Order: sequence, then C-alpha cells, then structure tokens
Amino acid sequence: MRYERPETLEDAVGLLSATPERSHILAGGTDLLVRMKNDDFDADLVVDIKRIAGMGEIARTDAGFVIGAAVPCAKLAEDAALVAAWPGVVEAANLIGSTQIQSRCTMTGNLCNAGPAADSVPALVAVDARVKIVGPEGNRIIPARDVPVGPGQTSLAPGEIVAAIVLPEPAPQTGSAYLRFIPRTEMDIAVVGTAVVLTRDADGTVASARVALGAVGPRVIVPDDAAQMLVGTTLDDDTLARFEAACSDAATPIDDKRGTVAFRKEVAGVLARRAAKIAYDRAGETQ
Amino acid sequence: MSFDASYNEKELNAVGTRPVRPDGVDKVTGRARYGADYNMPGQLVARVLRSPHAHARILRIDTSQAEALKGVKAVVTAADLPDLTDGDASLFAILDNCMARTKALYDGHAVAAVAAIDVHVARKALKLIEVDYEVLPHVVDVDLAMAPDAPVLDETIITKGVTPAPDAPSNVFAHSEFGHGDVAAGFAKADEIVERTFKTEQTHQGYIEPHACVASCNSDGSAEMWVCTQGPFVYRQVCADLLGLEVSKLKVTSSEIGGGFGGKTHVWAEPVALALSRKAGRPVKLVMSRNEVFRASGPTSATSIDVKIGATKDGTITAAEATLRYTSGPYPDTWAETGAMTAFACYDLENVKTVGIEVLVNRPKVAAYRAPSAPMAAFAVESAIDSLAHKIGIDAVDFRIKNAAREGTRSSYGPVYGPIGIGPTLEAAKAHAHMSAPLGKNQGRGMACGFWFNFGGQTCTDLNISADGTVTLSVGTVDVGGSRASLSMIAAEELGIAYEDVKAGVADTASLGYNDMTDGSRGTFSSSMATISAARNAIAVMKQRAALMWDIPVEDIEWKDGQAHAVGASHDNLAPLSVKDIAAKAGNTGGPIAGHSELVADGAGVSFGTHICDVEVDPETGATRVIRYTVIQDAGKAVHPAYVEGQYQGGAAQGIGWALNEEYIYGEDGRLQNAGFLDYRIPVCSDLPMIDTQILEIPNPNHPYGVRGVGETSIVPPLAAVANAVSDAVGVRMTHVPISPPRILAALKAQR
Repeated sequence: MRYERPETLEDAVGLLSATPERSHILAGGTDLLVRMKNDDFDADLVVDIKRIAGMGEIARTDAGFVIGAAVPCAKLAEDAALVAAWPGVVEAANLIGSTQIQSRCTMTGNLCNAGPAADSVPALVAVDARVKIVGPEGNRIIPARDVPVGPGQTSLAPGEIVAAIVLPEPAPQTGSAYLRFIPRTEMDIAVVGTAVVLTRDADGTVASARVALGAVGPRVIVPDDAAQMLVGTTLDDDTLARFEAACSDAATPIDDKRGTVAFRKEVAGVLARRAAKIAYDRAGETQ
Repeated sequence: MSFDASYNEKELNAVGTRPVRPDGVDKVTGRARYGADYNMPGQLVARVLRSPHAHARILRIDTSQAEALKGVKAVVTAADLPDLTDGDASLFAILDNCMARTKALYDGHAVAAVAAIDVHVARKALKLIEVDYEVLPHVVDVDLAMAPDAPVLDETIITKGVTPAPDAPSNVFAHSEFGHGDVAAGFAKADEIVERTFKTEQTHQGYIEPHACVASCNSDGSAEMWVCTQGPFVYRQVCADLLGLEVSKLKVTSSEIGGGFGGKTHVWAEPVALALSRKAGRPVKLVMSRNEVFRASGPTSATSIDVKIGATKDGTITAAEATLRYTSGPYPDTWAETGAMTAFACYDLENVKTVGIEVLVNRPKVAAYRAPSAPMAAFAVESAIDSLAHKIGIDAVDFRIKNAAREGTRSSYGPVYGPIGIGPTLEAAKAHAHMSAPLGKNQGRGMACGFWFNFGGQTCTDLNISADGTVTLSVGTVDVGGSRASLSMIAAEELGIAYEDVKAGVADTASLGYNDMTDGSRGTFSSSMATISAARNAIAVMKQRAALMWDIPVEDIEWKDGQAHAVGASHDNLAPLSVKDIAAKAGNTGGPIAGHSELVADGAGVSFGTHICDVEVDPETGATRVIRYTVIQDAGKAVHPAYVEGQYQGGAAQGIGWALNEEYIYGEDGRLQNAGFLDYRIPVCSDLPMIDTQILEIPNPNHPYGVRGVGETSIVPPLAAVANAVSDAVGVRMTHVPISPPRILAALKAQR
C-alpha cells in the first residue's frame, strides 16, 4: 500500500485517477483508519489531502461559508460567524464520536462515507449545502444531498475529490436545529436524526421551511410536504401534531440492530417536531 | 503448620485505610504491560480464520496455498490439536471451541489459524485457506431451541435429569431441581399470586482489553506463555492437557489485566497459539480483535424464565417457584443450574422449587460473567416480588424485609445460613435518604436484592523478608480489582510494619504452588487468608532468630507491633528487635527469612446486596436515564474501602448497561450483527450518575478479619432494580431485558 501526501488538488486527482480501484482519500481518517484494521481491508493507495492549501480552512466568500474538506468538526464550533449562521449544522457535526474524534473527523468525510446514519448530512441537506468537486474531467458543484446515493455509495466518479462544502448565507430570521436519537448520551450513532431549517416573516409566521430526516432510509429523506405544513403558521400545537405525523409517515426505515421500523418512524416525528420548535425559537433570536 | 482461620475481633490498623495502589503509577503512565505488550525474539503474528456460518459441517479444509505463501511459518487446523481429552466432555468442549473439529457451531467459531512473519502476510494467508462448508439449519433463541422442530446441534444429547429419559435427542442437555416444602400446598394458602415470564438477552463482559498472549514451545518439550488471564495456573493445566505437555514444563505468566469479569477464566485462543508455536518452532503472538472478542469469547446465557410467587395479605410468601431456561452456547454446561440455585436465595421460604434447563444454541460458548447466572434469575424473581408487593398493597422494602433470609434459614438451594447480610442491607435501604427523596415528572424508583455464593479454594502465598526488612509478597491470584494493595495491607497488619514496606506481586506458575483462579470473588478473601498464614509463619521464624540473637528461649519472646519483645523478669533490659533488626542479621542466624502458606480457603461467606435506582423516562422516545443509584452491600470487613466501593460501583455500572442497552443481536442468518462497541452499547461515563455506596460489615466467621468476597454480588440486583424503576416510571411492567427504547415505546403503545 502506498501513502501519498500531495500539495495540490491537481496532484491528488492525478494520483487517484492513476489508481482508480482500491484507493482511498484520507482527511481525518476516523472512518478509514478503523476500516484499515479489519482483516479483509485491502488498499493500494491512500492519498492524504491535509497538506493541500485551503483544505483545513473555513473561508467566508460571496457564495457563503466555504469549508475545506479537511476541516475537523471541532473547528466549526470555534468559528463564531458560522455558529451564529448555522447552529444546526455545527451542533450536528459536533455530535459525531467523542471529543477526540471531533478534533479529527470532517463533514466531508461524513458525507462521502455515505452512511445512512451520518449526523452532519441531514443538517447539510436541510440548509441546502453545495459541494465543490474537482476531478480529472474538471470541476463541478452539486447539492450535498446528491453525493450519497445509497449506503456506502457516492455519485463521485473515479479520481474525483470533494474539495469543500459551501453553506449559503442564511436569510434574515433563519433558524436551524439538529436532533438525533441515541440510546446512550454520547459516543453513539444516530438511530434517527432530524434537521430543520426555517425562516420567519416579520409577523413571526414561518416563511419557508426545509426538513431532512436521517437514519430512516438509505439516503436522507426530505419531506417537503411536511415542511410546507409549517409555512404560514407560528407552530401551533395542531400544526406541530400534523407535522409530526407527516414526518413519521415520510420515514422509510428498516428493522436493524439499532432500532425497529415502528420505533424509528415514531421517533422521527417526535424529534422533527422538537427540532422545528428549536429552529423557530432560534429564528426569532437572529436579526 | 496448622492455621486457625476463624474470626477474631480485634483492632486493625492498616486494614480499613485507603492507601494508594502499588500498580497505579505504571497504569496511569502507560508502563503497565498488558497481554499485547510482551514480545519475544523471532516472534510470529497469528491470525485466526473463523466460520461465517452459525451452523455448518466442515467438509474440507485446504491450507496448501496458505502454507506456500512466503512468510507463512505455520498453519493449524483441528488436525494439529489431536483429541487427548480421554472422554472428559467438558475438556473436549474447550478443545472443540478453540478449533472446530467436524462442525462450526456458531458465527465466529475458529476453523484454522496461521502464524506468519507479520500481520499483512497472516491476513493474506487467511484468504488463501479454502473451507468447504455444508450449511446446516441453525437456532439462536432459547425458546425456539427447545421447540420440537428445532435443528438439533448435537445428536448425542439426551436430556439428563428427567424421568423417564426422553428417547430422542434434543437441544436440552439437562434439568436440575432445587427447593423444599410443597409449593402446591403453599400456593393454595396464598391470597395473591403473581405469575409471569421474563426474558433476558445475551451480554458480554465487555472487558476493554482483548484476549492476548505470546506462546513459545521449545523443541525439548518445555514451553512458556505470557497471557492476559484471571488464572495462570488454570490456563497452564488446561493448555497442558489439550496439547499433551507436562504441566511443570509449561510456564505461564499473567500480564496486567484490562478487565476480566469471569471472561478470562476460560481459554480461547491460547491453545491455538501454542499449537502454532509448536508447529512453527518460533514464539507466536496472538491478539484477538474486538470483533473476535464479541463473536468468539465469553458471553452470558440468554434466558427465558417463568416465575410464580404467592403471598398472604399480611405479606408472608407462602410459595415460590421458577423454571429457568439458560443458553449454554453449543456445548453442555450448568448455567441454568446456577441460576436455579440463586433465584430465591435472598428469602426465607417454606415452600420453594426451582428447575434449571440447560439449552444448546448456535451462539458462542457461554462463559462466566461476574456472579454468573444470578443477575437474570434475580431480574425475574425481584420483578415478580415487586409486582406481588404492589398487588397486596405492601411497601416493596417491607415486603422483602418480612420474608428475608436470616441466620438459621434453610436456603432455597440447600445449606442453612450462618450470619448473613440480607436483612441488614434491606433495613439500611429503608433508612436511606434515597428511599424517601421526592421524584419528578416521568421519574420512577425501583429496588432489588441480590445474592452470590462466593468461593475460597486452593491458595498459595510466599512472603519473603529482604535484608533491609522490607517484604516481598508473592501471590498466585491475579489482581483484577486492587488486591495487591489489599494484600500488602494485610501483610503490614500482621507483621506490624508500614504498608509502604510491603511489595506484593503476582507470581508466575514456575515460582509458586498451584492457585485457583481469581473468580468467585475469592482474590482478596483467599489470598488474604494465605497471607495472614504466611505472615504468622514468618513471625515464628523471626522469633526463633531473635531467640538466637539474644540467646534466650524462644518461649520468652512475644511478637507485638512489628517487634520481637523479650518477656519475663530476666530479660527486662533487652530492647525490642524490629523486623529490620532481625532481617539485617539473617545471614548469621540461619539464612533468608520467609513465611509460606498453602491452604484451601474454606468458608467464603455468602454475600447479599440491596440496590435502589431512580430513572427518568422520556415517554415520547423511550430514552431512559438513571438519575440516582445506591448500592448497599455486606463486605464482611472492607480491607481497602475505596476498592470495595469500586467493586460495588463497577458491578452496578455493568448491570445498568445490561438492563438498558447491552445485547447480542443476531440476524436471520445467525450471524452476530453488533460485534463492536458502537452497536453493543456498554454505558459511557455520561450515562451514569455517581453511584452511591454503603458498606455494611457483618463479619464472616470463617476469616480471621471477617472478610467476605465483594466483587460479584453488585451485578446481581441492577437488572431488577432498573426494571422496577422503569416500570414505576412508565406504569407498565417491563419483562424483557434490555429495556431498550424500542421495547419501552412498544410497551407503552400496547397499553394505550
């Protein structure tokens, strides 16, 4: 197995293109290093992208917050502007693993690992994040939602690298929140994850809403019908009850070691309702 | 030399204090050497090939390609571990579990192993081993395994303990029965009866350190092994038996141990490592991965238990009955029998009957886990007791106090109790502030009792006095919970010297006589008895040396406060001689000074505990938090109270994990789905409150200081204490452990 640490994205793409099979990108390594310990793990090439300029930086541009692919999740929480703009994303990213893991793991890694239970992915989808992809055929920008296509599968072509995640600037009076269910208090993986982003009008009614459900389907589920129920309301109890039921209905989980279908559907609704209330309150606190 | 072990009340100076443990610095600085931290020149790396099938006949194993791979030094299969067990069924089960012979009996069962120059070659070699399996139907559930149409694991098993004997083979190895009186007559007298079925899922001890060893077989028939174990002498015996080695030619050294809890009382891959070393002619290191630890070592039984208890309106239990079905993995064992013995041990019952049923399933061979088999039985019984108390409208603590066993009670498993602690722990619980603290919304409180036998066993200890008067204590029981500290305290107490002047260590099998392993809460109980005996023997020697130094009769010498005193009018002007004084002259008075002890530590006093638990349950998600927890247990005499408290807290923490989240989850294919700490959920620190403890000291009459074992009982009550608390919080009786959030929500839904 070869370990390479290129200094440019072009070199990284070149290395990966030359070894399209059995090659891996290393940033935080919190998924890859665990897999490498398995007896059945085989790799010919590992490309460490941490030395590439900009990979470890958060930049605020006209497009919004550009978060380099190797930015550890802990660093997100240290960026006051980002925390103020998208608390739902930062809190989701900082639920992953332990404090030690958070200082290594990255949102891009979380996205490209394509685990259905990834915590940061519903939060990214709810804020309609984009990703910058560089590859042998050129660069492209796609919605974060379109990166994972199924458990462990991404839409990235051989040789392509996600270079950054871009979060838009939030509209005024926008709030975001992420809640997950785990049987423990920390160091666990989501049985259900729910992200809500909503923007208030001046009169306090919801102007727009976007909801994303994680761990209840092979990909993140975006129940637009449920989100639309919140628009034009102030989240009264009746609305929230209908919203909760709609989110439960939208969830398409499986029975597995982490939970049952019935449990996950029910809890998806409960957490979506709770997240909506938090997002609504946060929207009221912003300018 | 004869040794009187009976309890003798006296003032103790070192015992009961809380000094720093001698192994602490090495552990916190990373210098302590665990199983994987030992290396030998020329050492090879071993990896094990494991069955992906829950039940399969092994038709063919072809290792030729693996053997031909450059860097591979040995490949072994069952053919390299010939059957030397000579009809000993339990030894054969260990052999077959180490390496499958004709059938793979569970997902993870070893079928071959390789030793290679490094891990990469070893992994590659595993992939080159061809195994042809005939996949057979499997069964993993305890109740389904007893069904008439269940696939039978072993066609030679005809249920023992039932008359007439069945004529067909089944997965039920044996029935065992305990009790006395007439339960039918007892139930006829009852005003209220509770009858219910409970289930518990299989759990793992969850020790943080995986199994690890370095084995080295020499061409002259000698061998040595460095290994993480709770019992080097037992490992030596079992490995020697399985490999045909002479016991004294196999030297086993125990490493520091990162948790055992019973799981390291059984051999797993150690005989395989020895077989690889024998074949390769080089030392072999074998370290199990976490995945292997879960799939192929140490789980508990999964159980299904029927309980029936009846009482009169005044709160007197008139009869109690239980049928306990325990899985033993794919081999016969006696785990249900132990459950049947412990189930009602806390109570004074006129009519009681328990039946234990041992059930074979396609899961790993069951191993001991801290008071093995008792927590599940206590879960069922203490849940039913709780229900019955509610039904007759009596306080749950008062109900237990009224029916608690006491000195003179004939226990449900036979023996008559001496002085015991169940009543006092219950009285302490009743008086505890926790019991009357207010509860908030969605909160509930539960309590439960637990029992464990405790064990003594064969023990051997050497106490050597150095020329400077400091003391080396060599013990044969592995230190799993701070026993080097407590045994140093005991030596200091007997000799009358400072704790800091005693250095205790765990000896290897070539340096000390046979010791049973550290199990049955025996480490401090039995080795302290042997240490007291060895110290008294050393004192006898020192008195003789003082007599020589003074040239007076030994009868005129008394040992007091760590010094030899000349007594009698004619010796008044002789200044006392300290251990240091006597040790300094040892070369001129007869040579090295030592005290030895070999004994069987009989009379390990039975142990009881009572736990109180508060939980808060989110009724919308089933999420449960333990918000307060109190352990009250009888220690006989707490030698090092901080470590006794640690044992109480550790058992409670493990029991809480078992109660709420821990379980083996199998897929339809019989494969384990959660072989890792991500999805096998032991509690993390933030899941637990600070666990409050209260030590009671009801002296054990069979130990000079009154010591009882304390390590295991604390895991017995938590399953029931948590279940009773959750049931109180949600208003539904929870009967299936772990009481996971999906089970809670499902129970709430069923009630609505």
